Amino acid sequence: MTNDTSRANGAELVRFDKVTKRFGEVTVLDELDFSVATNKHVTLIGPSGSGKTTILRLLMTLLKPDEGTITVDGELLTHEQKNGKLVRAGERHTREVRKKIGMVFQQFNLFPNMKVQRNVMEAPVHVLGLDKDEAAQRAKDLIELVGLTEHLDKYPSQLSGGQQQRVAIARALAMRPQVLLLDEVTSALDPELVAGVLDVLSDIAHSTDITMICVTHEMSFARDISDRVLMFDKGKIVESGSPEKIFSDPEHDRTREFLSTVL
Amino acid sequence: MMTSGMFQNYFLPGIWITIQVTVYSAALAAVVAFTIGTLRTSRLWIVRFLAGAYFEIFRGMSALVMLFWLAFSLPLILQWQLVPMYAGVLALGLTYGAYGSEVVRGALAAVPVAQREAGVALGFSRAQRLRRIEIPQAWPEMVPPFNNLLIELLKGTALVSVIGVADMTYAGNLVRLGSNESAPVYTLLLVLYFAMAFVLTRGMRVVERVAKAGVGQADPLTFRRTKATAPATTSGGAR
Amino acid sequence: MNWSWDVVSDFMPLFWDGVLVTLQALALGTLIAFSLGLVWAIAQRSRFAFVRWPVSAITEFIRNTPLLVQLFFLYFVVPEWGPSMSALTTGIVGLGLHYSTYTAEVYRSGIGGVPVGQWEAATALSLPRVRTWTAVILPQAIRRVVPALGNYVIAMLKDSPMIAVIGALEMLGEARSFSNATFTSEAYTIVGIAFLVIAYPASLLIRALERRLALTS
Repeated sequence: MTNDTSRANGAELVRFDKVTKRFGEVTVLDELDFSVATNKHVTLIGPSGSGKTTILRLLMTLLKPDEGTITVDGELLTHEQKNGKLVRAGERHTREVRKKIGMVFQQFNLFPNMKVQRNVMEAPVHVLGLDKDEAAQRAKDLIELVGLTEHLDKYPSQLSGGQQQRVAIARALAMRPQVLLLDEVTSALDPELVAGVLDVLSDIAHSTDITMICVTHEMSFARDISDRVLMFDKGKIVESGSPEKIFSDPEHDRTREFLSTVL
Repeated sequence: MMTSGMFQNYFLPGIWITIQVTVYSAALAAVVAFTIGTLRTSRLWIVRFLAGAYFEIFRGMSALVMLFWLAFSLPLILQWQLVPMYAGVLALGLTYGAYGSEVVRGALAAVPVAQREAGVALGFSRAQRLRRIEIPQAWPEMVPPFNNLLIELLKGTALVSVIGVADMTYAGNLVRLGSNESAPVYTLLLVLYFAMAFVLTRGMRVVERVAKAGVGQADPLTFRRTKATAPATTSGGAR
Repeated sequence: MNWSWDVVSDFMPLFWDGVLVTLQALALGTLIAFSLGLVWAIAQRSRFAFVRWPVSAITEFIRNTPLLVQLFFLYFVVPEWGPSMSALTTGIVGLGLHYSTYTAEVYRSGIGGVPVGQWEAATALSLPRVRTWTAVILPQAIRRVVPALGNYVIAMLKDSPMIAVIGALEMLGEARSFSNATFTSEAYTIVGIAFLVIAYPASLLIRALERRLALTS
């Protein structure tokens, strides 16, 4: 296994230590060690079922690991200290650490009962406790960033898939997360809408210092934004390196094989 | 023949009582339905168990027997008499609230899991997710079954006449005894109930339309089915 | 708190009489509701508007008005120009008629759920109309609605005490006459518990049926 950046240094933002996740009989992640440094953009590639999305869902606490620990910004996400003992994290602790993480979903998951602006404002007001005007301004700025200012007052169902996904990006950013998780954000889109979403994301990647962990099948996008690419297969990291290295000169047969099917 | 005096002296006040009993018990039932319905989705098994037990007990119970019990047995146990109308409201509200809790629970369960996940990803607490995301989306799903329950409740209010509350049915019985004319009295009574049910159904249609508009499902002209707008297109789906 | 076991044991013989009457009313009422409901459902699919229309109107009216008032109507009005029935018979007819309008809706949705292809296949085979209904449509339709019908039997059980109001001595009627005669109230509690004891296992049974149906279809 190649652990080029997982050496313990201060700039480490996310770390998985021997994380195992099983679904029934199937082991999706097998004692995975992996880390992401602050401000870096990491892309996970690999065949479907290789455990990429599971990593994001574990980080977002939508799943709980069977074994191992996950650390975010120096704090344990999966566990907490109680009376000097390490125990499974409770709801309160989880929520506190989780605030540092944002996620954009494959199916957007916008709230259909709220208009665009309200979708973006809702969490800053009720989770971060921002006052309404400030949250509204933040929402407007972000919606402008994703190029949807004229759609502020529409319901999600009145937007195209690509527009909905851009709102979802704005909604995630409104929480000012340190890490942004992107879970196959273009897979549910019609082909002609993909470019718009990817443009917005690569803009954000290049103009902000947010840390990104991205699962995608868009290899040119991965090449464009990533500092590091991890190749997954059967719950393990097969190979990791700069995008140039992985895409032009992969070391492993498995990587070569996979790339030949998607490029 | 039934005179207009009888109508004014007995039926009109009776109509008013029926309306009051309906409104009060519907309000109580709504509170019970939302409380018990959301508690039945709790993560704590003991809470789920107690709320479930409430549901099972009131669902298995006959409203009329409950009414007799509240009106005649409970006072002897507590040494404290309930006003008959409130005994009626209590029996109807608790019973129909239990039915309503099933509607609330089912509609909450039909909110797509993805919505809960989006709420988690944005850092909402469980209570916030329930209040800001799950209940608003489940609400339009609840309206049509709530309408059915409301009609059942309206019909159920006739029971309070049995414990001496002077509602429409009670007035009808009085007028029959006074005039010895049963056909016009009971026909009128049935028509009155039917008319009220009709008005309620119409009202609930409006509520349904407003509810759907509130979650962005209203305008079919601007509604566009994109490839993956699952939450917006599942209205009337899984139940 | 006053509770006397002596009162309870005095009431028990009457209680069992009441249980018998309740079950009798329920069984016969169910029979009427199930068969009459099927008639309504089929009539509402008739080719002739003059059949569909009145049937829809009448069932809609009965479904949206209180059973209690319908019982008064049957008990006090009908004898003026028709047969005079005992309180129990009136109650059974009332329960059956009222719930037939609900079972009609259940049958209708069951019939509507049979794929169009089944009708087409029956036509393609030139099956006679009666045969199409009895051999093709109804067997498929009714199978899917058994749990829904069962739920209405339970609902009817819970509404059956209403027939006590016109004087039939089922469980509640027995409890009422006993309590009025003895100035006690234990009987109502006994009857209340009896309903739970009957209704809960019945609803468990129906849920099991629903699950089995969901698995096999």
